[in-house]
Order: sequence, then structure tokens, then C-alpha cells
Amino acid sequence: MENEIIVNDLVVRFANVNGTGSASANEMFAKSIFRMGIPVTPKNIFPSNIQGLPTWYEVRISEKGHLGRRAGIDILVGVNPQSLKRDIESVTPGGYFVYDSSKKLHEEFIRTDINYIGIPMIKLAMEHYPVPRLQQLLKNMIYVGAVATLIDMEIEVLKEVIAEQFAAKPKIIPSNYQALELGINYVKEHFEYPLNIRIKRCDNVGDAILIDGNTACGLGAIYAGATVMAWYPITPSTSVAKAFETYCKKLRIDEDGKKKYAFVQAEDELAAIGMVIGATWNGARAFTATSGPGVSLMNEFIGLSYFAEIPVVLINVQRGGPSTGMPTRTQQADLISSAYASHGDTKHVLLFPSSPAECFEFTIKAFDLADRLQTLIMLISDLDLGMNNHMSPPLAWDDDKKYDLGKVLSAEDLEEMKEDFGRYLDVDGDAIPYRTIPGTHPTKGSFFTRGTSHDEYAKYSESGEVYLRNVDRLAQKWETAKTLVPEPEFYQKENRSNVGLLFFGTTTYAAVEAMERFEEEDFMIDSIRVRAFPFHQQVEKFIEEHEQIIVVEQNRDAQFRTLLINELDINPSRLISVVNYDGMPITAKAIQSGIKEKLAVST
Amino acid sequence: MSYIKPAFHHPSLKPNKVGYLKKDYRGVISTLCAGCGHDSISGAIVQACYEISLEPHKLAKLSGIGCSSKTPTYFLSNSHGFNSVHGRMPSITTGANMANKDLIYLGVSGDGDTASIGMGQFVHAIRRNLNMVYIVMNNGCYGLTKGQDSATADFGSISKEGNANPYQAIDLAGLALELNATFVGRSFSGDKNQLVPMIKAAMSHPGFAFLDVISPCVTFNNTKTSTKSYSHVRDHIEATSTLDYVPFEEEITVDYPEGESAEVELFDGSKIHLSKLAPDFNPTDRFTAVNRLHEAKSKGQILTGLLYINPESKDLHNLMGTSDKPLNQFKQKDLCPGSTKLEEINRAFR
Ligand SMILES: Cc1ncc(C[n+]2csc(CCOP(=O)(O)OP(=O)(O)O)c2C)c(N)n1
Ligand code: SF4
Ligand SMILES: [Mg+2]
Repeated sequence: MENEIIVNDLVVRFANVNGTGSASANEMFAKSIFRMGIPVTPKNIFPSNIQGLPTWYEVRISEKGHLGRRAGIDILVGVNPQSLKRDIESVTPGGYFVYDSSKKLHEEFIRTDINYIGIPMIKLAMEHYPVPRLQQLLKNMIYVGAVATLIDMEIEVLKEVIAEQFAAKPKIIPSNYQALELGINYVKEHFEYPLNIRIKRCDNVGDAILIDGNTACGLGAIYAGATVMAWYPITPSTSVAKAFETYCKKLRIDEDGKKKYAFVQAEDELAAIGMVIGATWNGARAFTATSGPGVSLMNEFIGLSYFAEIPVVLINVQRGGPSTGMPTRTQQADLISSAYASHGDTKHVLLFPSSPAECFEFTIKAFDLADRLQTLIMLISDLDLGMNNHMSPPLAWDDDKKYDLGKVLSAEDLEEMKEDFGRYLDVDGDAIPYRTIPGTHPTKGSFFTRGTSHDEYAKYSESGEVYLRNVDRLAQKWETAKTLVPEPEFYQKENRSNVGLLFFGTTTYAAVEAMERFEEEDFMIDSIRVRAFPFHQQVEKFIEEHEQIIVVEQNRDAQFRTLLINELDINPSRLISVVNYDGMPITAKAIQSGIKEKLAVST
Repeated sequence: MSYIKPAFHHPSLKPNKVGYLKKDYRGVISTLCAGCGHDSISGAIVQACYEISLEPHKLAKLSGIGCSSKTPTYFLSNSHGFNSVHGRMPSITTGANMANKDLIYLGVSGDGDTASIGMGQFVHAIRRNLNMVYIVMNNGCYGLTKGQDSATADFGSISKEGNANPYQAIDLAGLALELNATFVGRSFSGDKNQLVPMIKAAMSHPGFAFLDVISPCVTFNNTKTSTKSYSHVRDHIEATSTLDYVPFEEEITVDYPEGESAEVELFDGSKIHLSKLAPDFNPTDRFTAVNRLHEAKSKGQILTGLLYINPESKDLHNLMGTSDKPLNQFKQKDLCPGSTKLEEINRAFR
């Protein structure tokens, strides 16, 4: 083990105190590896707090392109005294613990099965920088320089990334370079380098980008033509709003310097979704972004949008629940509450992106579907996808694509119409009626929108018969939705097993890796990635074709499995569930062992 | 109910400047209790819209839930309407207004809808100076759920069950003033002469125009002891001034003796004349308004009239700096940055 050289397959974890500027140093570290053509997966593990608590930044480096989290830490950079003990315990035997040796490490922290690399970080910083805040910030660059040298990172690449990062404040670049050199030189003078675990330039990232899902969603909304965004701050969705606003400031200013968008920080989530409903009712594309607690508050309005048939795009970035739960940890645990949100018979279209590129694509898709189906569409993301950077295919836009604004009657349409306009009349047999936008025509097309029972002409009615016609049409519209939602993705040309693996969203990274491992062991299973609810016919078919389906998801109660049973009438004994819900992204190992255990029990 | 009122109307009723008859501003027949104050307010809205020659499709009417919130079906059938959920009309109106700044937004709410469940959205619409007319049909009770006390019910007023209200009342006009609303008026459903011009003025105000209209509930809250009853209001009303609204285009010189009228020029050039001015009353002075409100209250009186107007009001679009063109008019080519730009964005993430 000692001498075995492992290239481009390691996990480096930084243990920091939040609010000390470590995040940007760590990000530059990850980005530099990416620039060297090596796939990386950084994960921020942060507390629900602004300053002073432990925070970790974990970078998985995988030449093979495995982008899920991997358990086992090869190099731990521990600069947080609070978590020192725990951090040292978390290092894989044979791994390395890089620490600040300005003070001697206490006896109790010494493990015999790992290697210690002491860098006098704060001492070096104090020797070179007079201002305490600067010492703190540049200490981060010192350890980056040290670790970079230990793992054989190309320093020029790192410098290039630093220069880009501080492009707006070029004055501070030299001091960052100097700090970097302090770390580099200390390693060179005191240790043998590089370590046996190291990195080497390769060509495995292609044209990929390193971006978080929330930024991709915000950009997607801009490309989809959203002009109104209303939101209320909540982790982990806030950065969707931030991205939308940041890029709108660059991309959405008219000739007079005025905004071609309205960005409203609402008083709460009820108001946020109310504003979205008002805006889309009035002919603009509008959206909101929130997380579980916000969706709970939005429930009454969600029912209104369903019943009054008003397009809404809601980006739900899930976090650990229930209640305030684990606000800075990830889960896929709002599936049932999203699918059937609100009172009465309601169900909603959900889209499950699994990469930032898909966050972008599906946000655009959500707007088209909302307008086409005249209903609420929820994009189901999660903290891991939304807030962590992921290696992703580039965001893609086809200039020939036209927005699908759905069935909206213009003044000319109304002028030419012979029959009376019926807002809720199914003219085309697809259960989707036509709508009009306020102000379109002086005398034609006005109607009254209401959440109370209404007839085809939007008139109030308490007749049971009228009510049935309306809700049954909505059920039929649901059938139309099944034909429009994204189809699932398959990982084999044709079936080769009677066991199927089913997953969605951020579980994908780990599931794909688990599949590869199984293949190496000659254990063949078929896989399907579901991308939408209601379930596409191909999902139903896949389940029919396999005796056993393993459903992998990140919540305690196997909510996705429940959705499958409920919607597709599947015998529950055929659906085996593998779950992970400790708030950390699922690993391939957990999936592998989960599957083996469950299959052993059930066969 | 879904049938249209019979179409005969008084032959002397002439079409207004945009060619509409008064009946064109009506809605379906009301299903509220006979004598309900809310119906009178609907009538005043119809009259005001007819008089200012509003094109009905240039107005959107929105409401929450309650007897009061049902009224938008009873006026302006040629306008789009939205009967939303309880207490949330302000957010729907905010979104609608963001999408199209060129329509007039008329929001109708009740005292339950505004002063309880919808208090949060109400105060935030004021804070943002959303360009809308916000009418509270204030009957001091929850009509639709059968007469429970609302938060505007006066301390000590006796409910239908005979219990005295132990809680302090929320004075919505006072609250709106406190929050710097840019237009605050109070009136009484039975006082058309005051209410109609006030609605007209509110519609031309570029910002949040709040009208607290006392509107007796004949079924649950018209007892002698209720301060929101017909008899009580008639006996205790005190008006700040008489109001006359003159649209910009048809301004006529009004000959009021100096010192007895005040003139307020609105954003669009139209003017409000206040005559028979109560002593010391200046509708652009918020402090006087607040004081007068308290004085009247201490005397057991209900002060009505245009209490405050800020002639320099800047609405939410102004505050945010949105485009002059309504946002819902922009097309894909105006909004989508295209693939070249996206490639540039991608590059920044490599
Ligand atoms: C969320 C919710 N809670 C409760 C109700 C029941 N509700 C309907 S109207 C109303 C009170 C209406 O009072 P107000 O706004 O004063 O209108 P009024 O009927 O007096 O004109 C209530 C509580 C509801 N519709 N929605
Ligand atoms: S219950 Fe009261 S508020 Fe409701 S319609 Fe009857 S009189 Fe009007
Ligand atoms: Mg009421």
C-alpha cells in the first residue's frame, strides 16, 4: 500500500471554520483540478450558521468520471481545531492528515495508521502579513499551495484560476501568489513530494463545465423568457433567485437602461406564489423557487393554480426535513408532498433533473409545459444538485427553438370566433382549454377566474354534474401530460436481466457508478432513470418487463416507491427499496451493499 | 348566478366618451342579501367607471374570499376578474401588475380578508406602493362565515350573539396612514356622492390607493350597538370635505372661494377639488390626517373623506426601474439571449 501509486482517484477533504474565506480557496483548488482535465466532484458540507461553526469541503477526484460521493478520505486538510478529533478519525488508513503545525499536535491525536504532514500555516501567515484578517485569508492559500504540491497539481493552472477569481481586484493577486508559494516551498523543503496518491493531467472533461444546479435553473428561466420572479429566501433555493437576478442585470436591460424583468422578494412564500399566479394569469412567464417549508406554505395556492388552470413554474430545491429539519443537508424527501400538494384531488407534474445541464433544460421545459398544460409544474432539485458544483455537459440552447406558449387567444382569434368563448371548454379533445389574457379585446374573451367550482364558461356553479365534468376533464388532462413529459433514460440497449434498477435526480451519479461495479463483477442488471411524474409509459413498460425493481432514493419512507405503487398499481412486493437519508449524498457503495443485502433477503 | 341582467335602460342614459353605456359596466345579478352595503359599493364602482369613461378591458378586478370578495362578479362583466383565495388578493394583484403595468387594478377585499388572514399581504402591498385601488368593504364581521367578529369590530360592540367584543379594533385607514400609504380615503357605502368621486380619484392615483368603506352587514351586524351599522354611521359620520374629481382632459374651472377649496393635482394632470373644507384640513399633510382621525375617534365619530394623498407618489414599477413597455408584451426575441451568449456563459464555468 505504502508505495502503490494511485493517480487521479482520491478524495480530499478540507475541514474549515465557516466565515473564514476558506470556501473560495477550496473552490479554486477544485477548479484547477478540473482545468487539468480530471473529473471532480466538490461538495460543500456546511452548517446552518454564518460564522464560527465547522464546515467541510470535499473534493472527489476521479479519472473515470465517477461523480457521486465516495466514502473514505485520502487526504484531510484539518484547519479547524473544533473538529480535529473527528477529522483525524475520518481519514482512511494509509491516508494523510495535513494540519497546522504552528502548535504541536497533542498526543491523543496521533494515529499510527495514517501519515501526518504539518505545515505551520498560521505561523507563516503571521510572519508575512501584519493584518489579522489577511493572515486568516492567506492561511487558506498557504494550505492550498501545500496540498497542490503534495498531490502534484500544475501550479501554473492554479495561478491562472486565482488570477481569474480576483480579476476584479487585481491588487490582491500578488499576495495570494505569495501565500501559495509559502505553502509550496514549505512542502518542497520539508517533505518528500508528490505523495503516492496524486493527480496527473488527463483529457476526461471534454467540453464539460463546472457549475451548480441553481445557477443553471436561474439561467434556464432567463432563456425561457421568464419576466417575473417572486421568492422568499430559504436555503438551499436562494441561489436560484440570485442567479436569475445576477444574469438579468447583464442580459435583460432595455435600450433605456430599464429592466425587462421584475424581481420581487416577497413577504413570504404564500405571497411569492400568489405573485407568480397573478403574473402568469396576466400573460407573463413567471416563477418562484423555494424548498420544503416554502412549498408547505404554498399549498393553498397550488390548489388554486391546479383548479383554475393557471400556469406556474415552481423550483423546489429539497433539503432535509421534516419541519426545519436539516436545512443545509440534502434529501429527496418532498416527493409525495410535491406530487399531491394541496387539498382536494390534486396532482402535479414533477420534473427530476440530475445534472446542471438538465436543470437548465428542464427549467425551460417547465415553462413550456406549464403554458401548454395550464397547470403548475414543479422542478424537483435538491441541495446537492442545487448548491454544489457538478461537472456537467454545457448548457445548451437551440436558436431554432420556439417557446410553446400554449393555447392563448389573441384579439384577432377572438374577433374571428363565431361561437362563445368558453374558458374551460375542451375544444380540441386533449382536455386543455383556451385562455385569454386580460386586456386583449374590448368586448370578447373576458372571464372570471375562481377557485370555486365553475362551468365551461367560467361561471360559478354548485351543480354536481358540472363539477364532475370539470374535474374529470382535469383527470384527462393528466393523461395528456403523460405524453408530454420527458421520457426516462435507459442504460442498456435491450434488457438483459429480470432485475431492474430505478433511480432519479441526484441519486444518478452514485447509481451509475454502482452499475459499473456490478458489471465488473459480471452481475448484470438493467437500469432506468425516471425524469418526470406522471410516469411516462416507458416507465410502466420497464417495470412490467422486470420481475424485481430496485428503487433507490434519498428519504426514509421510500416515497418514490409509494408513487409508483399508487400511480401504476404495481404489486408492492416487486419493488425493493434502497434508501439513504442521513443528509449526505448517497454513495455507490451504499447502493451496492443495499442491493446485495435486499436481493439476498428476497431470493 | 350566471344570467345577465335584462338589457333595458333609461333612454336618457347616453354613451360615455368611449361609447359605453352604463349597463356595459354592470355585472351579473348580485346574490348578496338585500340591503347589503357591498352592493351599494358595487354600484358606486359601476358609476365611477362609467363616468371616467374607462374601457372595461383596461381594468382587472381582483378579490380574496368573502361576501365582499364576491362582488367583482357583480360589476364590470367586460373586465377580466380573479376571485382568489382568502386574504391573498394583494399578491395576485402584485404579480398581475408586474406583468402589465398598463391596466388599472381594482382589488376588493373584506375586513376579515384584509385585517386578519390577509394583513401581511396588505401591509406589504402598501410598503411597495403597488399601483392599485384597494377597497375594503368593511362590515366589522365575517359575513360569509356567518357573522363572527372581525378584527375591525369595535371594542365593546355587541355581536349578534349578544357578546361584547373584548378586543381593540384595527383601524385600517389609520394603519394605512401609519405605513405611508400614498392615498387613503374612508367612506360609507350609503354615501354615493362621496364614494363615487373618491373611487375615480383613487383610480387615477399612481400608487397604492386605499379606500376603507364602511359597509353594513344587514344580516349579522346591523344592530344599534354596532359602529358599522347603517344607523350608527348615519348618526356619527363626520366628513373631512366634499370631494370632486376632475379628469385631466376635461378640466373645467371651478369657482371655489379662496380658502374653502383645496386642489390636488394628480400625476396624470387630473385634479381633485375638495370643497367645504373642514378647518385646517390639508389632504397632503399626513400628520393632520392622523390627528384628525384620532380626534374623531375619541369623539365616537367616523371620519370620512379623502384623508391623505401624496402627489409625488412613485409606484412599484418606478421604484424597481422596470421597462416602460409592459413585461407581458415582450417576445421571445426580446427575452432569450440565444446560443452565442450561452456559449460565452459556459466558457466562464470551465
Ligand atoms: C384559508 C381559509 N380560511 C377560512 C375560510 C373561510 N372564510 C370564508 S370568507 C371568511 C371571512 C370573510 O370575511 P370578510 O373578509 O370580512 O368578508 P365579508 O363576508 O364580511 O364581506 C372566512 C373566514 C376560507 N375561505 N379560506
Ligand atoms: S351576510 Fe352580510 S355581508 Fe354577507 S351578503 Fe349578507 S349582508 Fe352582505
Ligand atoms: Mg367583513
